[in-house]
Amino acid sequence: MTTYPTTWRRPPQIFTHRGWRIGLQLAALIYLVFAIGTLEVSWARIAEGGERGMRFLMGFLSPDFSSRWRDISQGLIESLTMTLTSTVVGVAISIPIGIGAARNVAPAWIYAICRSIIAISRALQEIIVAIFFVAMFGFGPFAGFLTLSFATIGFISKLLAEDIEDIDEAQAEAIRATGASWAQLINYAIQPQVMPRLIGLSLYRLDINFRESAVIGIVGAGGIGATLNTAIDRYEYDSAGAILLMIIALVMVAEYSSSYLRKFLQ
Amino acid sequence: MLELQGLTKTYKTGDTALSDVSFSVPKGQIVGLIGPSGAGKSTLIRCINRLVEPTSGRIVLGGRDLTGLGVRDLRAQRRRIGMIFQEYALVERLSVMENVLSGRLGYVGFWASFTRRFPPADIQRAYRLLDRVGLMTHADKRADALSGGQRQRVGIARALAQEPELLLVDEPTASLDPKTSRQIMRLLVEICTESGLPAIVNIHDVPLAQQFMQRIIGLRAGQVVFDGTPAQLTESALTEIYGSEDWTAMRKGHEDDKDAEADALRRLSVLPA
Amino acid sequence: MSDFPASWQFRSPKARLALWFGWLCLVALFVWCWQVMNERTIWMFVQDAPKQAADIGGRMWPPRWSYLGELMVPLWDTLNMATLGTLLGVILAVPVAFMAARNTSPFPLILRPIALFIIVASRSINSLIWALLLVAILGPGLLAGIIAIGLRSIGFIGKLLYEGIEETDIRQVEAITATGASQAQVLNYAIVPQILPAFWGITVFRWDINIRESAILGLVGAGGLGLKLQNSLNTLAWPQVTLILLVILATVVLSEWVSAKVRAAII
Repeated sequence: MTTYPTTWRRPPQIFTHRGWRIGLQLAALIYLVFAIGTLEVSWARIAEGGERGMRFLMGFLSPDFSSRWRDISQGLIESLTMTLTSTVVGVAISIPIGIGAARNVAPAWIYAICRSIIAISRALQEIIVAIFFVAMFGFGPFAGFLTLSFATIGFISKLLAEDIEDIDEAQAEAIRATGASWAQLINYAIQPQVMPRLIGLSLYRLDINFRESAVIGIVGAGGIGATLNTAIDRYEYDSAGAILLMIIALVMVAEYSSSYLRKFLQ
Repeated sequence: MLELQGLTKTYKTGDTALSDVSFSVPKGQIVGLIGPSGAGKSTLIRCINRLVEPTSGRIVLGGRDLTGLGVRDLRAQRRRIGMIFQEYALVERLSVMENVLSGRLGYVGFWASFTRRFPPADIQRAYRLLDRVGLMTHADKRADALSGGQRQRVGIARALAQEPELLLVDEPTASLDPKTSRQIMRLLVEICTESGLPAIVNIHDVPLAQQFMQRIIGLRAGQVVFDGTPAQLTESALTEIYGSEDWTAMRKGHEDDKDAEADALRRLSVLPA
Repeated sequence: MSDFPASWQFRSPKARLALWFGWLCLVALFVWCWQVMNERTIWMFVQDAPKQAADIGGRMWPPRWSYLGELMVPLWDTLNMATLGTLLGVILAVPVAFMAARNTSPFPLILRPIALFIIVASRSINSLIWALLLVAILGPGLLAGIIAIGLRSIGFIGKLLYEGIEETDIRQVEAITATGASQAQVLNYAIVPQILPAFWGITVFRWDINIRESAILGLVGAGGLGLKLQNSLNTLAWPQVTLILLVILATVVLSEWVSAKVRAAII
């Protein structure tokens, strides 16, 4: 009769060495203590904030759409027009760049150029790009339009290029075998395969661009963000609440309609 | 030991999966449940431990009626019924030992199971069962590192860890090759005979059923159409169960009882107490 | 030779007409939007832009390297803001995700819509807007930034996590339920092990995004590198702006590398 052990411990899963495990836990703890230690929280200011927080919450619950309606509608129109124009222009520019950035259809030097354009567009944040465009082109939605177009290029081109690289090679092979030119190859083998995805991505980007258009106004690039910034600066929390509610509602509408359209088109 | 009285299950879709099923299983008997896909085999097995809620009828296990029990009582009764699944249904990312110990969840409190501190007797039993199914050295491996046959052995050990009074076995060999299937069936029968444990084995492979089962129940469209020994299972009896088609075809293509799975899924998706 | 048709068209005339009409609508909408948007654009400024760009570019180079020492504390602040904000976001998002998932929600009829609304609200408001609000309420500083990052992270982590919970393998849940386990034990033994890798992946991914976002939150007063950026922009100290942008870029690249490594190790 053999006897079986009466204790069992779950073996460690990732860090099997005891020293590592304890060391990492200790390091995390020390980091937390230090990080929280450098916070410099001013409790007096926060206590004061409680009252403002309540006022904001009240503003959110009883939003005031009417007294700043002119500013709000102006901001909304700017945001919406900015969103549409920048998506159209951004996608139009993205298509050649996306084709150029696909390894299986573009020569090496074009590939390198297009990939660097994508990398630059993705590395720079919208808000930083907006600061520069505002400095160059002046305040207003035109700078915002440029910012969003620029960001759209990085997003759409990259995903489009990946889609083209993922296409079914057999179809391209078959078209190539008929003696088709490069342009015919793109038109007959690539376009039918990536078109539905491209439309889906464009709609998705339309949705993202609207959200972003609410933000870049903070640095002067027009849109509803500028209106919101002004309202908060003036402590008009009821107007700010109204604007936020409208942003949430519009984003929800945009998200649902874009996902519905994408399903409908595919 | 187990007694089913007029068990009926009608799904919300209006499909009747079981109609008036009655039979009893004495202690130590191994019953094979055969029938074409959609005959209600999965539903029947899941009705017994109420993973699927029967519409009417009674399930009596060792003198205790399982129908109409509250959540807490149902938990206590489920401990008495071990279940072995078609695709093992191990928790893939937990170790083999944790999978076996999960058979004890009905006995220990949440905190003990959360910290993985099971009573010494449970751990000893788990080791003994792992040794019994020949996986002693694999205790600390992750379940997804094992082969199909090994996983099913862990599944058996998990069910036995409950110290059940009844085993429910749902297509134990459906995902295994013929040789491993035989090994697993042999192990199951051995274990049941050793401890006089009754079992209901849902099985699609008729020759395998004839080889290992003591009694065979044939189900067709939710009704018992055959109940007898493997020797009595003649060509004409098989035609009665499977219809006039070539019943040998049933050995290969098997489909899950879709309704039963969907219903269990829907019920489990409403986890709240 | 028999008389096969000599012309062939891909789409029926009606479908082609509809397609052309669709494109026409899009173009008309674009032109209209363009005109509305640019009503107040001063085209003189736009024409002047290349000159402005050259001017700013000239002022920006070379970066003022000596400023690097002053950036170390804001950099530390930025990293803390991202990390502590992610931590806060995770703590708040986990219960929301379990309430939002169809298969784990305790009272689906009431709690699911609430949880889903929290997720949508958090996702539709950018962290910069959250920061704008919180700076107005709590005053400028890191705390506002941390809470802003945390609030924005709830939606992201909550959404991905609840989708992960809904995709868990139901058979494993069924098997654990059949042993007589309680709801809490089913959660602990069948659901948590299945979503744990996804959970760590999502968390690290969000941390990476949060590093980018916390670098600019200072623009509205929430501390970190963005605050220095704002000061430098206000004083037109372009060489400092260049250096700050370089530091942000380096941090972002590094955090992206770390997050990719960690995610590869987990999955």
